[in-house]
Amino acid sequence: MAGTSRLSLLFAHLVLIAGAAVMMLPLYVAFVASTYAGADFLSGRVGLLPGPHLVENYRLALTTGSSTAGIPPVGPMLWNSLVVAVVIAAGKISISILSAFAICYFRFPLRVPAFWLIFMTLMLPVEVRILPTFEVAARLDLLNSYAGLTVPLIASATATFLFRQVFMTIPDELTEAAIIDGAGPLRFFWSILLPLSRTNIAALFVILFLYGWNQYLWPLLVTTDASYFTVVMGIRRLVGAAAEADPVWHLVMATAILALVPPVLVIAALQRLFVRGLTETEK
Amino acid sequence: MQAKRVTFPGKITPYLLLLPQVAVTLVFFVWPAGEALVSSLFAQDAFGLGSTFVGLANFAALLRDPAYLEAVGVSFLFAFCVTVLAMGLGLLFAAAADALGKAAGLYQVLLVWPYAVAPAVAGVLWLFMFDPSVGMIARALRTMGLSWNHMLDGGQALTLVILAAAWKQVSYNFLFFYAGLRAIPQGALEAAALDGAGPFQRFRHIVLPLLAPTTFFLLVVNLTYAFFDTFGIIHATTGGGPGRATTILVYKVFRDGFEGLDLGGSSAQSVVLLVIVVALTALQFRHIEHKVSY
Repeated sequence: MAGTSRLSLLFAHLVLIAGAAVMMLPLYVAFVASTYAGADFLSGRVGLLPGPHLVENYRLALTTGSSTAGIPPVGPMLWNSLVVAVVIAAGKISISILSAFAICYFRFPLRVPAFWLIFMTLMLPVEVRILPTFEVAARLDLLNSYAGLTVPLIASATATFLFRQVFMTIPDELTEAAIIDGAGPLRFFWSILLPLSRTNIAALFVILFLYGWNQYLWPLLVTTDASYFTVVMGIRRLVGAAAEADPVWHLVMATAILALVPPVLVIAALQRLFVRGLTETEK
Repeated sequence: MQAKRVTFPGKITPYLLLLPQVAVTLVFFVWPAGEALVSSLFAQDAFGLGSTFVGLANFAALLRDPAYLEAVGVSFLFAFCVTVLAMGLGLLFAAAADALGKAAGLYQVLLVWPYAVAPAVAGVLWLFMFDPSVGMIARALRTMGLSWNHMLDGGQALTLVILAAAWKQVSYNFLFFYAGLRAIPQGALEAAALDGAGPFQRFRHIVLPLLAPTTFFLLVVNLTYAFFDTFGIIHATTGGGPGRATTILVYKVFRDGFEGLDLGGSSAQSVVLLVIVVALTALQFRHIEHKVSY
């Protein structure tokens, strides 16, 4: 900002230090908690610095869980989350880019109705139509399967709009040149449109990966078989166990860290793409 | 709706390209939404064997149901607090980061990461800090003479879910406010500074009006988030309790539908939520229309 004095710079630093501290606090507390033994919590031995049980706790959480507290191991849940997040992101991108291509580059009678049909999905978040969607999934025999975890969430109006906007900025001359050179629609799509939308696809992938990884309600409904649990929905079982007599907060916090580190790493590594994808999908 | 001037010939190709998207949309969006609409007009008998057409009786019943009206109240209070807290802090941090210029880089990383955390996981992190027996904040409050137990005290439970929900959303608001502030022309601010306007006056009379579109956009996004995306936070921390203190509308649809097995009532609630989503989306699109033309 113009005319900022030294005092106001100092003030800005103080505000941001306080802000960063508040934002980091839950993460730090969870990390510290994940390095103590279960019994340390009740006896008040958990302090402000990490304890000695880090490796042991994470190994336990990842591989065996706690059978006494009914806690499944986190390793397979992380794998399920990865599969679900990648399939949802890749699926949303592929079906949206194809439909955007159809809507932009062809003239056909049902073009406008198709556009509005896709537009409607924007208004129907899964939270709003949970029960009937669950019934549809059950009728199609999709419960306890990767297909059930992913396909119902794959339609995306936002991604279609985004690709449509990208395509509208591509000059018609390019299409004309391609047609003169004898390229059919699929050739044009593959050799020109896809390469030109590469960064948009990457940016969108980051956002949609987070969306898929962080799904909670839908996996909770369609899975009853523990081998299909994702880590974000599975964590609730641990909380239930932690509230019981058995003090397992150390395992719950280790699981929470394991559940949040992959998406946070994706954002940290691809921050530029993430911000770009976010502003483009929303605005 | 405009199309490209140069298009490809083809009668079947466009339909094949649209097929996957339209199929998923019809099966998992339109069909269930239609079912919700239809069953909101029917009453299920006690054994789930048959149903009778009751018209709008399910909706009328909602309006007379004190539990539903309470959920409406809780939802609005919750959404209001989350939005004010998350937008206020987002703007404060963005203004500070904007004042620092390039030096804000590290802060940006530290402030933005909670966006990546799942709502349910965010809820669990805050739940632990406020756990009455082992949580550090609950302990600190106790030494200050305030006994904390969100499992018994409804107001405290609501405070807990508001804090968790707002914490996660600050990042998002920060990013958009920061981008908005960066886009403000420096010339106007410098001219005002030369005319003797202090930092506060410049913020009030130049920055805030120019931020108005961003603010409006964020207002809609935050309300949508608080109403619909916070299910995970509530389900993983308080389970809507104690009593009904943290039962927001989305949570009540789930509870009545899956636990209470009241299909008609739950569907009627879904339809009400649908209307809210449509209204919020329409608001958002009116805003987008000013930015880009479809």
